Amino acid sequence: MNETSNKWIGQNTIRPDGADKVTGRAAYGADTTMPGMIWGSVLRSPHPHARIRSIDTSKAEALPGVKAVITAKDIVEFPLDKSVVLGIQDMRWMCRNVMAREKALFHGHPVAAVAATTEAIAAEACKLIDVDYEVLPWVIEIEDAIKPGAPLLHDFIQFEGKPSNIAGTLEHKLGDIDAGFAQADVVIERSFTTRPVHQGYIETHACLVSVSADGKTTIWSSSQGQFMVRAMTSLLTGLPQSSIRAIPAEIGGGFGGKTIVYLEPLATVLSKKSGRPVKMVMSREEVMRATGPTSGSMSTVKIGATKDGKIVAAQGTYYLQAGAFPGSPIRGAAGCAFAPYDIPNVISRGFDVVSNRSKVAAYRAPGAPIGAYAVECVLDEIAEALKIDPLDLRIQNAAREGTKAAHGPVYPRIGLLETMEAARAHPHYKAPLGKFQGRGVASGFWFNAGGESSAQVNITEDGNVVVTTGHPDIGGSRAAIANIAAELLGIDYRRVSVLIGDTATVGYSNLTGGSRVLFASAIVVTESAEQVIGQLKARAAKVWGISADAVVWENGEARPSGDHTGNFPTMTLAEIAAKASETGGPIGAGVQLNTTGAEGGFSTHICDVEVDVELGIVSVLRYTSFQDVGRAVHPAYVEGQIQGGAAQGIGWALNEEYIYNKDGKVDNPGFLDYRMPVCSDLPMLDAVMIEIPNPKHPQGVRGVGEVPLVPVMAAVANAVHSALGKRFYSLPMSPPKVLEGLDEGTLQAAE
Amino acid sequence: MTDIQYLAPHTLDEAVGAFAAAAGTARILAGGTDLLVQMRAGMVRPGLIVDIKKIAEMTSIEETADGGFVVGAAVSGAVLAEHPRFGKVWPGVLESINLIGSTQVQGRASAGGNLCNGSPAGDSVPAMMAADAIVTVQGPNGRRQMPVEAVPAGPGRINLAPAEILVSFTLPPRPPGSSDAYLRMIPRTEMDIAVVGCGVSLTLTNGVCTAARVGLGAVAPTVLLVEAAAKALIGSKLDTAAVDAAAAACSAACRPIDDKRGTIVYRTKVAGVLLKRTVGIAADRAGRA
Repeated sequence: MNETSNKWIGQNTIRPDGADKVTGRAAYGADTTMPGMIWGSVLRSPHPHARIRSIDTSKAEALPGVKAVITAKDIVEFPLDKSVVLGIQDMRWMCRNVMAREKALFHGHPVAAVAATTEAIAAEACKLIDVDYEVLPWVIEIEDAIKPGAPLLHDFIQFEGKPSNIAGTLEHKLGDIDAGFAQADVVIERSFTTRPVHQGYIETHACLVSVSADGKTTIWSSSQGQFMVRAMTSLLTGLPQSSIRAIPAEIGGGFGGKTIVYLEPLATVLSKKSGRPVKMVMSREEVMRATGPTSGSMSTVKIGATKDGKIVAAQGTYYLQAGAFPGSPIRGAAGCAFAPYDIPNVISRGFDVVSNRSKVAAYRAPGAPIGAYAVECVLDEIAEALKIDPLDLRIQNAAREGTKAAHGPVYPRIGLLETMEAARAHPHYKAPLGKFQGRGVASGFWFNAGGESSAQVNITEDGNVVVTTGHPDIGGSRAAIANIAAELLGIDYRRVSVLIGDTATVGYSNLTGGSRVLFASAIVVTESAEQVIGQLKARAAKVWGISADAVVWENGEARPSGDHTGNFPTMTLAEIAAKASETGGPIGAGVQLNTTGAEGGFSTHICDVEVDVELGIVSVLRYTSFQDVGRAVHPAYVEGQIQGGAAQGIGWALNEEYIYNKDGKVDNPGFLDYRMPVCSDLPMLDAVMIEIPNPKHPQGVRGVGEVPLVPVMAAVANAVHSALGKRFYSLPMSPPKVLEGLDEGTLQAAE
Repeated sequence: MTDIQYLAPHTLDEAVGAFAAAAGTARILAGGTDLLVQMRAGMVRPGLIVDIKKIAEMTSIEETADGGFVVGAAVSGAVLAEHPRFGKVWPGVLESINLIGSTQVQGRASAGGNLCNGSPAGDSVPAMMAADAIVTVQGPNGRRQMPVEAVPAGPGRINLAPAEILVSFTLPPRPPGSSDAYLRMIPRTEMDIAVVGCGVSLTLTNGVCTAARVGLGAVAPTVLLVEAAAKALIGSKLDTAAVDAAAAACSAACRPIDDKRGTIVYRTKVAGVLLKRTVGIAADRAGRA
């Protein structure tokens, strides 16, 4: 597509969901009600680790107003010896995560659930459930979990032939690592730790489920995938997928954390048992105790370079917390860590470590920010040791078209180098810095995904357009799809409505994740629109009595061409739609595909900080992200994605952490003491969008939603080092930690 | 699951009567920015809520003939900020109250509620102590007055007798060359609870500090009035030695705990840092040359 001809692609059109959101009309997960609806509540484990000997629900069932009580025996069990995988989840763990089975594995782990006529009765009934626990020793942190003699969560996990909390490993290898380090003039090896951080979506998990007498089930819920909700609920309840209609609500943030279910299967079973629609809404405390943060980590990275700055060998070892069940994002950490660089000899390893904390869930480029944090900090030290500008070092070693990455692929045309060169040329990189101020840079990579997507494009009788797709819109997909449809059909954007269908009204679409949505849905929408245009031309041809080949579609009109040029007046979309019944019936087309060719995303960031050396407070003064966005179909939304990633990464770097008390329980389960950044903590976060179109996509789209978070913690850490001349090897760089690290010598050197 | 009674009397006598009759199951509602949060969290479940916002004396701001102020206990931070004179005379007290919560919370939250919540980290309390504010309370046995520093008893506890209600704060008239300031340390820039809070009020005469009071929050079971720090400042020209001595007195007064909001070491060090900064701001406001 010729860029200069674009009328709608690249425009900041009015968001289709905007009016409803600003007027409070948008319906989120908790906003739907039904006649006869009752309330569900979850009883959660008071212990971080305990065997469940027995559960007596009789007193709760006898409480007036209680309509149903369920425990693990009401949820379909997946035996431990046979893996059943759905997306990134294993149903063996899912069935035990939504309801503790043999053991409660973290404080807050569901052990029973109640449905009652009021929320208060449901909560009261939970207190009446008698659970006989055998309290077990517990372990929270990675270093404790991998020690010999650590309390073991699962009998079936073995590592190197012995019972262990290390549930899995992964290794990416390229070249000969020993030979590589032998060529190096400088080798730097450092170890780092990061803390688990929560996605921090504002909307807590919520659903309403109605199971009719005939088993037909309707689920309204806030998730990143209505088809994921349907499939998981089906597997966990035994209802066939055809009996379940999952309707996606507007979503108040997900960031990966809503690619999993917690409440929907419970509400479904409660509704089935009680015969009433059941609503369940988590409190913020439940979200913080029992839903997935991303992993904390322990890592060691070793990089070797020649004295002229060529990186010759790199080795990374990443231990990631999985929470109570296997499945931490070691693939993202170990796979993305070195992906921005052309390094001949690489070994990157990941270790998946279980411990007594809530099961991790996806969070924006899962694992990749952890991988990049360690690598990009060590690269900074290499640059310092070699007295090379840190961006020059990265540019010299940047991956480009044809580079073979350690995690497998040979890159096609990518825009990494352009992000680094744009950063180096930007005024930000040359701006003066004051006392106790510093500047850091970092780059990052995320895989991006394609996958299954479905779309239906229909022409209404009055000549407008309705596009239905199947991915919940958490990043602007409706606006971007409307831009693309308007562009292809040659009509005004305002004549296109884009809707997210439910599982009964649109074809299977994989969940919103992996930065896939616009990439994948643009492909099926494009193919559908092309089919529609074919039909429109055929209808005009029929009216004119000429061959369809002799009709062209331009500016929203059919026009006769070739020998017939000028023989008939053009026909608009509305005129063709008005004649649809006489020319062959309704006009519309649907396409369902498993899309491929997503290609990775790259980003380079510059961060300036100032440190209040008396209080230990790090303030971000200026932040600029340079990202290869492929094609910014709706630039304001792309910018928003980039800014959001920077904001979340700054929180991860500076203040966010779970604080556990001595009893193995989270001591800060709310936004007051789990400190995500507020607006006033951040400067304007600048985004420089670099458009290197993806050659494998009709509009050149690359995923843009996840890579904005990948380089951030490293950029902030490198800036703090630049300000103080001292490096912190653990996150968050919170005020007490920073102040403790500042001795007189460091301060004098920094001045 | 008992129901909650709600009462919004127009007179203090009615309020005290209802509060007394409830025999300990009642809670006073001013802005509710602590009470409603505690109720939602299941920490308290009052049988009766007495809303005091309809009582004129508790929501009024009066500038007395001598130049002092009487501020009703339920006056919200936003209303106090709009008063044409209060913030000019007591900028430190005002900024301490205006640091509580968000813009929305400011429309409700009051200094009276902040004091009666009994938190050692309440932002307005150190500033009120530094200001030498006197509180008026009314109970079944009538009215009495006491200094602000006599009110806190421990985390979540205050020295009010059963059925006593905090009515107002009385702030004294200001001699020329006086001002005040409040600073707190929080890891974020807003929407947080003080890790350390410091209020300073002082008077300068020809460059010499002739009066000073220092309140320190979040470093002990109650907000502290640090007399040793004030003593170090009084009589000095606020030179480095005097301010360092006052800072050292603040650090020495700290009896903090390690908790999720800060460590003992950190809080102790930061108390001194904040004292220095707060003195600097108050002195500049007082017209230091």
